[in-house]
Amino acid sequence: MTRVNLLLGALLILCALGLVTSQQRARRLFVDLERAQAKAQQLEVQWDQLQLDQTGLAKASLIDSRARKGLAMQPLSADKTLHLTIDTAALARAQEAAR
Amino acid sequence: MSRGVPYSANPLLRIKLPAYRSRLLLLLMAFAFLALIGRAAYLQLFTHGFLQKQGESRYGRTIELPASRGKVFDRNGVVLASSLPARAVWVSPDEVKATPEQLASLARLLEMPPAELARRLDVKGKTFVYLKRQVEAEVAERVHALAIPGVHQRKEYKRFYPEGEALAHVVGFTNVEDIGQEGIELAQERQLAGKPGSRRVLQDNFNRVIEDVGTLREPLEGHDLQLSIDSKIQFHAFSALREALREHRAKAGAAVVLDVQTGEVLALANLPTYNPNQRGQLSGAQLRNRVITDTFEPGSTMKPFTSAMALESGRFTPQTVIQTAPGRLTIGSATIGDAHTYGALTVEQVLQKSSNVGTAKIALTFPPEKMWNMFTAVGFGQAPDLGFPGAVAGRVRPHKSWRPIEQATMSYGHGVSVSLIQMARAYTVFARDGDLVPLSMVRTGVPAVGVKVIEPRTAQAVRRMLELAAGPGGTAPKAQIVGYRVAGKTGTAHKQEGGRYINKYIASFVGFAPASNPRIVIAVMIDEPSAGRHYGGDVAAPVFAQIAGDSLRALRVAPDAPLANLVIPAEPVKESM
Repeated sequence: MTRVNLLLGALLILCALGLVTSQQRARRLFVDLERAQAKAQQLEVQWDQLQLDQTGLAKASLIDSRARKGLAMQPLSADKTLHLTIDTAALARAQEAAR
Repeated sequence: MSRGVPYSANPLLRIKLPAYRSRLLLLLMAFAFLALIGRAAYLQLFTHGFLQKQGESRYGRTIELPASRGKVFDRNGVVLASSLPARAVWVSPDEVKATPEQLASLARLLEMPPAELARRLDVKGKTFVYLKRQVEAEVAERVHALAIPGVHQRKEYKRFYPEGEALAHVVGFTNVEDIGQEGIELAQERQLAGKPGSRRVLQDNFNRVIEDVGTLREPLEGHDLQLSIDSKIQFHAFSALREALREHRAKAGAAVVLDVQTGEVLALANLPTYNPNQRGQLSGAQLRNRVITDTFEPGSTMKPFTSAMALESGRFTPQTVIQTAPGRLTIGSATIGDAHTYGALTVEQVLQKSSNVGTAKIALTFPPEKMWNMFTAVGFGQAPDLGFPGAVAGRVRPHKSWRPIEQATMSYGHGVSVSLIQMARAYTVFARDGDLVPLSMVRTGVPAVGVKVIEPRTAQAVRRMLELAAGPGGTAPKAQIVGYRVAGKTGTAHKQEGGRYINKYIASFVGFAPASNPRIVIAVMIDEPSAGRHYGGDVAAPVFAQIAGDSLRALRVAPDAPLANLVIPAEPVKESM
């Protein structure tokens, strides 16, 4: 009888310790999760910020004025443009021949 | 070693005490335990709820989960509007304890005159005063570092518009509460706006969240929105318009570019404009969207619809001859006239030379109802279904009240009012094979299904006439561009003030390109050009040419005309007004 009691007592203490440990681990994981979520949010904000910066720096008006003033470039005119058209039938034939 | 004293040898055992004493003690202890059990039962069973609430209030917090407003993109994914977290700095004036140096640096950080700051802090009886809203996160961090008691911060969002003034009228803006006030921000408020959520958590004594006690509400993030606008074409339209306004010293101007196949609005430019990121002082003139919410008397840009009606009836062909001599036509007590005396013109030439007399003569062979039907079928007199705030209907009076002189003037665009976007949309009838498409401000990417208005044969004939009008013998040779065939019609109208026509003008041009297989319709309107020239062919047509050339290249449309030099006569045919 005493032995069973001792065994049960030991088991009880083990369980209690297990509960404490798991609770502690749950809290720690929860804190990690919180931290990761905060980080995710922060990265999202950063992404928004970078996206805005990129748009601001790649604005057509900015590129245009830099190209004209800074680089002395000229707008493209139609008579200086060579338009290429893809002959899809010929392309298909060429692919067929390559095979 | 002795075994010590046995327990039974304890002398106390030998004292005989009365038995009741031990019983009394036992009883007292039993009562004490009973009292404890009773107390425990009372706490557990009867005050359970109250105690739990007290515990919750000490450790539980409801955290607001902010939902960000959706972003607005152009058709290629360029950001047009986006929100970033910002802070509102507020004070509880009675709590504020700060040294003069601290106050000085606070004023500097908030870009506020020290006197103004002092005034805000000197409010009695208030516990909440905003110092500044929409403070950028970095600045807010430095304000926080000052650690002035009584100065608090609240999270909010600030909206940024990277394209700035070029797209101000399309995108619009939000107020400090992040609610749409103008443009798409207002029109699509329900889709863009997020709904903040909240969650209930337990915190430890360092204010760290340690446990979730069930999410109360998930935040609903605002939906992103992709507009039909192409920011590159928008830039071309905006800069061509700005250039024209400067050159002609005009009061205002507007331009719109439509995709013929899908009915999408590719660009919509307005001047004067404003910077949506800095809206200190805004005037009504800056805020006006002249493409959608303003109407004007279109003038000659209306003539193609009269021609289309004539051809559609089968009684006229492009080669039917109309006598326009002597260049004047008297109806009742009023006389209308042409800028030149042309003599006999074909229907085709009437449009090419923009003859008022010719157009009126054609129109007067039809009953007013027929003309009204034509105008209504192409969308005049009804607000276009754009999903945009403040789209106006313009004015086409009921045909029953038309007098003959009114019918004559309406045939060339006087006595009716339209918005620029209505005009551009109506021209899709000619740019397509006779059907009218619904417009869209959001990207659809699929060909639109139009409503048939005229026969394809008629549309093709008018297309040809419009190509002649934008050619060397027409009123708008300056609309031509190298490499592409263009078609279009000029319009020049006197403005009205107090019910009378005055010597101020609205010059316009509506056209499409490439004429062989139209891709875009462009409408341009210049209000009060005052640098000498005021004809649509001189003022608006070059803007059309500039926008069309740049847009077609941006859209990678193959040229449909030889790359020879353009023939632009020194003096184009003067338009009749």
